[in-house]
Amino acid sequence: VSVAMIVAVAGLVATGTFLVTSRSLSRIVLGFALLGHAAVIALLASGGRAGEPPIVDGDTDGDTANPLPQALSLTAIVISFGLTLFVLSLARRQQALTGDDLVEDDVEDRRIASTHEQQHAALDETREIEALHDNPEGGS
Amino acid sequence: VSAVVGLCVALPLFASAVVLGVRRWAVLRDVLTLATMATVTGLAVALLVEVERNGTVVLRVGDWAPDLGIVLVADLFAALILVVAAATILVVELFAIGQRRTPSGADPSVVSPMLLVLAGGVSLAILTGDLFTLFVAFELILVSSYVLLTHQGHAGQVRSGMTYVVINLFASTLFLFGVAIVYAATGTVNMAVLAERFPELPAATQVGVGLWFLVVFGTKAAVFPLFSWLPDSYPTAPTTITAVFAGLLTKIGVYVLIRFFTLMDLDELGPLLLVIAGLTMIVGVAGALAQDDVKRILSFHVVSQIGYMIMGLGLFTVAGVAGSVLFLVHQIPVKTVMFLAGGLIEDDQGTSALKKVGGLATSKPVIAVLFALPALSLAGLPPFSGFVAKLALVEAGVASGAYVIVAVSLIGSLLTLLSMTKIWLGAFWGEVTPSAVPASSRRSITIMQSAAGIAVAGTLAVAVVAGPLWDVSERAATELLDRAQYVTEVLG
Repeated sequence: VSVAMIVAVAGLVATGTFLVTSRSLSRIVLGFALLGHAAVIALLASGGRAGEPPIVDGDTDGDTANPLPQALSLTAIVISFGLTLFVLSLARRQQALTGDDLVEDDVEDRRIASTHEQQHAALDETREIEALHDNPEGGS
Repeated sequence: VSAVVGLCVALPLFASAVVLGVRRWAVLRDVLTLATMATVTGLAVALLVEVERNGTVVLRVGDWAPDLGIVLVADLFAALILVVAAATILVVELFAIGQRRTPSGADPSVVSPMLLVLAGGVSLAILTGDLFTLFVAFELILVSSYVLLTHQGHAGQVRSGMTYVVINLFASTLFLFGVAIVYAATGTVNMAVLAERFPELPAATQVGVGLWFLVVFGTKAAVFPLFSWLPDSYPTAPTTITAVFAGLLTKIGVYVLIRFFTLMDLDELGPLLLVIAGLTMIVGVAGALAQDDVKRILSFHVVSQIGYMIMGLGLFTVAGVAGSVLFLVHQIPVKTVMFLAGGLIEDDQGTSALKKVGGLATSKPVIAVLFALPALSLAGLPPFSGFVAKLALVEAGVASGAYVIVAVSLIGSLLTLLSMTKIWLGAFWGEVTPSAVPASSRRSITIMQSAAGIAVAGTLAVAVVAGPLWDVSERAATELLDRAQYVTEVLG
């Protein structure tokens, strides 16, 4: 496996993963496109050098490449193409609903955040009441 | 006979194209969908009988040599799970036909063809004998699940759908990298050839590949700590969809995990699997205790129960794996029917929040029965199927001397019971809340209740035939752990 392939896969995976972790769905789509390319290059690299076809008893030329990883890559490309379209349509729908394409917090996260705020609010309230008890004359 | 194996995959996929074409003619569409799923279920039963009597059936697609072309392999484990999966989709489709007239119902012109695609993908994932076809099968399942989850386009569905799609796309990409790694290391993606060549690899490579696929399949199966997408996305979908997701999708992840780990003989990862299993059980059930909505509680239980199946696999003994197989067979119908019962509550009351629902035990005794029986089974009380399955796992754990995981699993069971009690107290006892059902949809309620009733009968049947089922599970587990037999049968 040539170093160029490894560097290409590493670069694509790094950039793709960075984009996938962002909030905006259009960036995530780009990230998955890059990750998909990285996976396809990795599949091609896994076939080894040209000249090692897995065809049994075949009289093949010395520079024939292994066709199996290419068949696998092609299938993977078609699937990732379809899924890219689906994610884009999802982004379009989110934009129609909320005006942007950001991935929102899930229910549990929001609930934990809100209980945290409530506790703070409750704490502030008790402090106010306590202050009132300490100094009943001077209410505001 | 081997043609039957191919039909189980091809028939639902072909039918989905036809159903998509005739989706506007409601009666024709429903009849075609039900007939297809009934046929697939019948074929699966015939296949199970054949495999049980005469051993593994192998189909070489296009008659290629097995190490070059695609093979479909129906061994006892595959045939058993295929029967349960096909029957589950059949019942859910029946429920969907009833539910489409209610306000929360999903659009049947989308659900029918997509359920058929899902069925084809599930059959392919169960039967396939090579790693790349497994990837394609997962994509089939996932693409149809994306559509089923988001097709109504509500704000909550789009929000949770985004998380669901992104997580699963990432796992699929990792799967593709995994295929590349395996191919680079061994020069094959056929699982039988792989099983021969895998033990010759350096030990570190074996563990590395094992861990890689643990992450890939673990995300699909929603094990700790890769489960957080599940309780968020499942409750937002219409009941029909949630029921089939909860019953099947994660279980296919577990199925593949069992298949891959036994075939590659990755028993050095057993202790790690046991730790993951224990954490999944406890974290899942603890999450359920904190919830106050029927569908959300049940979604956390999906996670918790996955832990039990991983526990049996982690033991890497015949008894342990047999326990996992039995638990899978028990869990698919029970989980589905619990969500169907949850859906009945939601359709009757217009909500599944525990605070707003009450007194169903007096106002809707049918729903109460449909919920109570599988709930007791889920908690593992005798004489239900959950008890049989959990007993098998506990015995296997004690026999292997893994006392910690046995204790954790029993604690998990107690907490499950506690959480089922919470639903019961909240929804079935207390003040009666008025029903929100318009009189016009009584007939659809009847269809839905009878579909759920059939499923409950199925779960009870699992307990009745527990003896023979245990024998079959044990034989399936022996086959799974005897890798040489799989290799000879597939490569011939």
